[in-house]
Amino acid sequence: MNRGAPSRRLDGILSAARDEVQDVEFTALRERKRTDPDFHAVGCFPVWVPQEVVHAAGALPVAVWGGGDRIEIERADARVQSFICSISRSTLELGLTDRLDFLDGMLFGSLCDVARNLSGVWARNFPDQYVDYLHYPQNLASPLAPGYLREDLMRLARELGGRFGVVVDDDRLQASIELYEGLRARLRKLADLRSAEPWRLSLEELQVLVRAAGRRDPAEHAAVLDEVLDLLPEREVRRQDGIRVVLEGSFCEQPSLELLRAFDDAHCFVVDADLARGLRFFREPLPPDDDPWRRLVDGFLHHAEASIVRHVAPHERTARLLERIEAADADGVVFCTAKFCEPAFYDFVLHKRALEERKVPFMAVEFEEKMSSFESLRTQAETFVESILFFSEEVVG
Amino acid sequence: MSSEPRFQGSGVQLQKELLTDWYRRLAAAPEEGRKVAYLFISGNVGELLQACGMDLVFPEVNALQCGIKKVAGENILEAEDLGYSGDVCGYVKNDIGMMLKGNRMPHGTALPPPDLLVCNYAGCATYLRWFEALAEFWGAEMVVVDVPYLRGTAGPTEQEVDYVERQLHELVAACERVTGQRFDESAYRAAIARTKESEDLWVEVLHSARNRPSPIDAYFEAVFFMAPMYVMRGTEGCLEYYRALHREVMERVRLGHGPVPEEKVRIVMEGPPAWPHFRRFWEMFQDWGAVAVASTYSKVGGVWDLGERHDPADPFRSMARYMLGCYTNRNWAMRSELIEHYLDEYAADALVIHSVKSCRSFSVGQADLRERFIREHEVPTLFVESDLADPRYFAEAQMKNRIDAFFEALEHRRMTAGV
Ligand code: SF4
Ligand code: SF4
Repeated sequence: MNRGAPSRRLDGILSAARDEVQDVEFTALRERKRTDPDFHAVGCFPVWVPQEVVHAAGALPVAVWGGGDRIEIERADARVQSFICSISRSTLELGLTDRLDFLDGMLFGSLCDVARNLSGVWARNFPDQYVDYLHYPQNLASPLAPGYLREDLMRLARELGGRFGVVVDDDRLQASIELYEGLRARLRKLADLRSAEPWRLSLEELQVLVRAAGRRDPAEHAAVLDEVLDLLPEREVRRQDGIRVVLEGSFCEQPSLELLRAFDDAHCFVVDADLARGLRFFREPLPPDDDPWRRLVDGFLHHAEASIVRHVAPHERTARLLERIEAADADGVVFCTAKFCEPAFYDFVLHKRALEERKVPFMAVEFEEKMSSFESLRTQAETFVESILFFSEEVVG
Repeated sequence: MSSEPRFQGSGVQLQKELLTDWYRRLAAAPEEGRKVAYLFISGNVGELLQACGMDLVFPEVNALQCGIKKVAGENILEAEDLGYSGDVCGYVKNDIGMMLKGNRMPHGTALPPPDLLVCNYAGCATYLRWFEALAEFWGAEMVVVDVPYLRGTAGPTEQEVDYVERQLHELVAACERVTGQRFDESAYRAAIARTKESEDLWVEVLHSARNRPSPIDAYFEAVFFMAPMYVMRGTEGCLEYYRALHREVMERVRLGHGPVPEEKVRIVMEGPPAWPHFRRFWEMFQDWGAVAVASTYSKVGGVWDLGERHDPADPFRSMARYMLGCYTNRNWAMRSELIEHYLDEYAADALVIHSVKSCRSFSVGQADLRERFIREHEVPTLFVESDLADPRYFAEAQMKNRIDAFFEALEHRRMTAGV
């Protein structure tokens, strides 16, 4: 193989993933549905939906996370008020324009009032789909929480499985858990690699590889990620100077790829982020357990990353942010929040207080899916970088 | 029988006295050694906490009062200075702003800090975020009663009721720990008996709007009528109030009195009121002789008019059922069914949807409600936007234009149809 071949191969993989995650027509999945009558797909609104249960019930869980900057909003504007986040509007637009007609169902999980109500709107507009709002326990101090969640996951499995003619037994669920565990392990590796050498894999590239996990068959994508993990060390790169930051606030609506590029351009290296949190929901591997239901329930209760999906002691989300800053050896935090995203705004105030107390520098930006100019954001990021570099020089001096 | 009203205004007066006493007692709680719980209106467990010896603070009611008294705007700015976005619920910001300024109500009472934050999470996810913030700022303990959001339209399953009921017992244990007092079960039962009686009376008041003319405005008046039911449910005072209100309203029925000189249009209202401009907002409807004969907002504390009641024979389980069934915990299809039922039961001519920016819990999905009632039911439907706490979002002229145009068109339609 000549020297450029691995690089070209990597570029090919990345551009395929990029095209796929930006494809608002869901071409690959529609094609699959057209040619394979046994193929079932269930849409999953962010943040977290138990993909394993959907998969074990005989369907591919598909992340339906809005239309990004690739869709004109024509019909959903009249349905979603102007003060509501863009992901709810563009997701509804995808549905109202028949782009999601390949889906057999759509799932929403405990998140916020917008997602909750959107589930009802969805059920009204798409009566042929299986639509469910999964209420996750929010009283985790109660010994009743695990039993409640277990029952509800089983209910979901029964209802979905019933639709697809599948009985979800322990073996099936365990096998699906293994598949998604495999996928998540690779995504974690990739994130670690990026954290160690941010110039080796850009934030935008990492994001497309993560998001592709929400659209592809888990085994197939795991194979792709293996290849990426093999190729990356051989990539010809140049070390770059900059600062290391944790990005927070993009757990649901996703910033555009162009926006993410602006951070790298400014040498503001995001080395840990809550981007696409739902696909990286568990912060560590789920310990083996003969009982797959318990494995998932424990995962939710004890191994999930702190997020608004489940209520934990009020300090815990902030404490986790601080831990992540430390673990990532970060110089600061970038709050990158979707416009009108109420839950992120609540977190912001509490996080901000903790950062100010500890003198951790931070900057805050708001984004919208349809944002088209990133100049001011880049400038803001550059200023942030300079302020940190200058400050540390001063301290060193 | 006299045609002069004897009971007119007696409810208002009594409510004033009850609330004054309530706040006086609350202000004295720390000094007198009583513990204080903060909790939410929807699916509230006031009787239970009181039977644990706690005094109650309802931050939503404080926000509403600050809204009416026109001080919410300043409180909101105070919270925004702390970093809260312009786009978060105005009730939350009002509360945090108020806390930053000494936790004083507009009438001067300084509210005691929470000894326990009881997040009765019946629907609105903002409830969790709100008390998480208070837990942080006050350094107070927060407990959650997790109420599963309803699916389908058949109401809660028995497992869901079990789940909530069992958490209520856990809540009692938490309260006992905080207060150092034993839960008084017989006091709880007695309170629930009073609650049930109050609910019966309240429902009769609501049902009185079936009359023509309606003796009450089931939105603009009902939001005041409902206050004792929300703030002091289960108390003697609360029951006394509903007896008085009932008397007053039945008298109005007898005399044929209503909230406007001449009832011309009967409307169903969906959405919270514009508290900071309440009077002006109401006048815009009064000008057209429009009377709300039913509203969803007057049910945020409980949807008893569908038959649900607290039950002294089963005070925990009926409480759990009540929590599951409250309006904020109902999905779009259930809300839509309820509105349909109101339009029919109260023979309404139109639906008015007030969409408020603060409250996504109410507002997301309202455009689909509008579409459904216009297209599928051919009900004239007006959609207006402002806010329930933040005075900045009330565009008076624009609001008035829309309301006038709507009722004008309605009037025109009736004339041409010869109704
Ligand atoms: S972007 Fe924020 S407000 Fe919108 S659905 Fe997601 S979590 Fe809810
Ligand atoms: S979002 Fe609505 S229901 Fe929730 S706290 Fe705010 S005003 Fe109340």
